[in-house]
Amino acid sequence: MAKAIKIKKGLDLKVKGKPEPNIQEVSNSPEYAIKPTDFPSLTPKMVVKEGEQVKVGTPIFFDKYRQAIQYVSPVSGTIAEIKRGAKRKILSVTIKADSDFSYESVDTSGDAKDVILKSGLWPTIKQRPLDIVADYNKAPKAIYVSGFDSSPLAPDYEFLLNDKKEALQAGFDALSKLTEGKVNVTIESNIKSSSVFTSIKGIELYTTSSKHPAGNVGTQIHHISPINKGEVVWTINALDVARIGTLFTTGKLDFTKTIALTGSEVKTPAYYKMISGASLSNLVDKNITSDNVRYISGNMLTGDNVGKDGYLGFYENQVTVIPEGDIYRFAFTEGWMAPGFNKLSNSQTFLSSLVPKKAYDVDTNTNGEERAFVMSGEYEKVFPFDIYPVQLIKAAITNDIDKMEKLGIYEVAPEDFALCEFVCSSKINSQQIIRDGLKVIEEECM
Amino acid sequence: MQFLRNFFDKAYEKAGEKFHPVVESFDTILFSPNHTTKSGAHVRDAVDLKRTMMFVILAMVPCLLFGMWNVGEQHFIASGETVSFFDKFLHGAIRVLPLVVVSYGVGLTVEFIFGIIKGHSLHEGYLVSGMLIPLIMPVETPLWMVAIAVVFGVVIGKEVFGGTGMNILNVALTTRAFLFFAHPNSMIGDKIWISQMRDMEANGTMADGVSGATPLGQLATMDPGTVDTYYANGGVDFSQSLMGNYLGSIGETSVYAILLGLAFLLITRVASWRIVVSFFAGGFAMAFIFNIFAGDNVFMQVPALSQLMLGSFMFGMVFMITDPVTAAQTNKGKFYYGFLAGFIGILIRVANPAYPEGIMLGILIANVCASLIDHMVINANIKRREKRLAKATA
Repeated sequence: MAKAIKIKKGLDLKVKGKPEPNIQEVSNSPEYAIKPTDFPSLTPKMVVKEGEQVKVGTPIFFDKYRQAIQYVSPVSGTIAEIKRGAKRKILSVTIKADSDFSYESVDTSGDAKDVILKSGLWPTIKQRPLDIVADYNKAPKAIYVSGFDSSPLAPDYEFLLNDKKEALQAGFDALSKLTEGKVNVTIESNIKSSSVFTSIKGIELYTTSSKHPAGNVGTQIHHISPINKGEVVWTINALDVARIGTLFTTGKLDFTKTIALTGSEVKTPAYYKMISGASLSNLVDKNITSDNVRYISGNMLTGDNVGKDGYLGFYENQVTVIPEGDIYRFAFTEGWMAPGFNKLSNSQTFLSSLVPKKAYDVDTNTNGEERAFVMSGEYEKVFPFDIYPVQLIKAAITNDIDKMEKLGIYEVAPEDFALCEFVCSSKINSQQIIRDGLKVIEEECM
Repeated sequence: MQFLRNFFDKAYEKAGEKFHPVVESFDTILFSPNHTTKSGAHVRDAVDLKRTMMFVILAMVPCLLFGMWNVGEQHFIASGETVSFFDKFLHGAIRVLPLVVVSYGVGLTVEFIFGIIKGHSLHEGYLVSGMLIPLIMPVETPLWMVAIAVVFGVVIGKEVFGGTGMNILNVALTTRAFLFFAHPNSMIGDKIWISQMRDMEANGTMADGVSGATPLGQLATMDPGTVDTYYANGGVDFSQSLMGNYLGSIGETSVYAILLGLAFLLITRVASWRIVVSFFAGGFAMAFIFNIFAGDNVFMQVPALSQLMLGSFMFGMVFMITDPVTAAQTNKGKFYYGFLAGFIGILIRVANPAYPEGIMLGILIANVCASLIDHMVINANIKRREKRLAKATA
C-alpha cells in the first residue's frame, strides 16, 4: 500500500505548449555534445583527442577526483571539437556521428555498481547533499526516485514508461543493490491505480499531490525522511531507471531518449525520439513559429538557455521554446502598471487573478529590475519545506557556512528554489545563489 | 509610444554614465525595462516592486481624499462659517498638497543623490513613505520642518543602512519621531490640528467654544470620573470615529477610508493579514486590560473597540505595521510582531502622561524587536533540525 505525503504549498504555472501524447519522428542529428557544465563541480580529465574515433560507450572524459565515474560517448563517430573557455575550462566535447553505430561491449553480469559505472550511466545518479553526481564510495541512506515531473509542461512519465515495465523493474532491481536502505518512489495520488509503478516490486511507494514542486525529488525526500548533516541519499530520474534497466535486460548500450518538445512557440508540441546530447537543430528546424525565441534544454524553470544550435543536456528530457522578452513595454498599457488580464502572476495584483485564463503566453522578460528583499512571505507560499528560504539564501549570499548548515543547506538543491525565483518580486536569482552556496559547502565541509 | 522610447534612448546618451541612474529611474516608470532572464528560471512573475508599492499608494488615496475634506471641515467648524462640500475640500487640498509636494520633492531628491552616488536607479521604497509622511502629520506642521524631517528620515532611517529593503525602522515613522522629539511644540498640543487656527485666534475669527484638542488629547487630560461624562460633553463616539470627521493627523481619522485601503491591500495580498490581525488583537487586549483595571481613569475606561478606532491605531495597522521591510520576516514571527506593536502602542497611548498617542512608538519598538522575534522563530527551526540529527545519530 502506498503511503500518502501531504503537500499543499506550490504553484503550477499555467503556460501554453503542453506536449501532445504522441511520439513524432525526427531525423538523427549529425552532431552531439557532452558538456562537463551539465555536471556541477565536475573537474573533467580528457581521455580522447580531437579527430579520434569513438564508439557508443567510449569514455570521453572522467572525473578527476572520482576516477571510476566515466562520461561516455552516446554515439559512435569522430571527436569534432573540444571547446574550452576561460582558464582552459572544458565547456563541451562535440562528436560528429557516423551513419552506422558501433558499440563498446559491456558485461552486465558483474556487480551492479561496476556495470553502471563502466556503462557511462552512473552520472544519472545524483546525490544529496550538494546535488552532484553520486559518490560511489559513500553508501547512501536510501535512493529516491520521483515517479512524475511536475514542472511546467513536463513530459508525462506514465506515457513514456507505459511499455517499459520490464526495463523499469530491472532498473529498480539494480538500484536496490546499490543501497542497504530503501528505494523510495513517489507518484501522483490521482493516478495511483493506473500507474506503471504500482506493479514494480522491491520499492517503497508514496503518493502525493501533483502541484509543482511536489514532483521534485527534493520535496519528496524532505517529506519522507529529511537529510541530516552527514547523511547521503541518492536520487535518479525515473526515465533513467528504465535506461539502466534496458542495459541490464538487453546487455546493450543505448542512449536514446524520448523527449518532450514544449512551449508556446512550438508548432507541434509532442514527444520526439532523440539521442542524449543531440544537437537541437533538426528538432526545432521548421517547427518554431517565430525567430526571437529562447531555446531551453529542460523546463522553463530550471533548464539551460542553449540557443538554436545548442545540445540536449545530459539530465534533460524536455526542450522548451518560449519567446524572448527583450522589449520595452509601456507601463500603463502592458507594463508594470497595466491592468493585466493576461499576466501570469502568483500575486493577486493583476486582474488575471480575478478572471484566470487557461494558459498564458510567457516570455523571458524579468518583468522588473532586481532589488533588495522587500516583500516577505512570497517564497513560503511555494516552498513546501520546513526551511526558511529567504534566510537560507541570505546565509548563502554572505557565505555563512555555519548558518547555511543550520538552516538546512544539506537538504536542498537549486531546483527546489526555482519557484521562489519565479515568484520573487525583487527578481533575485536564488537558484544561482544556492548553487554557489553548495559549492562553498563542498569546498569547506566535504 | 515610440516617440517617448526614442526620447529616453537619446536621453541616456546625453546623460552619460553619471546621470544614467536618473534617466533610468524615469524610464522605468514609463516603460517596463527590456531586461531578460540570464539563468535559472527563464520566466518570472509579472509582479515587481514598483507595482507592489504603487498598490500601497493606491490604497492610501481614500485616506488622502478624506483627509483633505476633513481639514476643510474642521477649519470651517472652527471659523463658524457654513460653506459647500467643494469649498471644504478645496481648502483642505490647498493645505495638504504642499505637504505632499514637499515630502516627495525632498525625499526623492535625497534618493536621487544616493542613487547617483551608488549608481543605481530610484528604488521604490520612498514612493510609499513619501505619501505616508503627509498623512501622519498635523495639518499645521510647517513645510520647512517636514523637509528637514524627511531628510533625516531618509538618510538616517534608511540610506545609512543601505537603502530600500535594508532599513530597520519604518522611514515614515522615523520622520515623525524626529519631528516629535525635535519640535514637540509643532507635534503636540491643541493649536496644531485645525488649519490656520493660530491665525484665526490672532484675528479673533474663531467660533466660540471650539477646542483644538484631539479626542485623545481631551481624554488624557480629563479629571477622574466616568467615560460617560466624556461622551456627554461631545466626545468623539464610536460612529463618529468610524466616519472620521474629527481632529487628528491628516489621514488617520476616517476608519471607513482606512478600511477601504485595508480591503484593497488584503485582496491583492500586498499586506500580510497575519500582521494586521495580530496588531488588532494586541491593541484590543491592552485596551481590554485597561478597561478591567480602569478605576476612575477616564482614558482607561474607553471601551476597547472604541479606543482602537481613535487616533492613529487603525492607520498604523493598515499602512505602518505592514511595511514588510521593518516587520518580522517569518510567518510565525509576524503574529508576535503585530501583537507586540498593538499591545505596546495602546499601553504607551494610555499610560504615558506627556503624549496622548503611542502607536508610533509602539510600532517603532516592534520594528526594533522584529529581528529578535525572527531570530527566535528561526532558532526553533534550527533546534528542530538539530534534534532530528541527534535522533538519527543516537
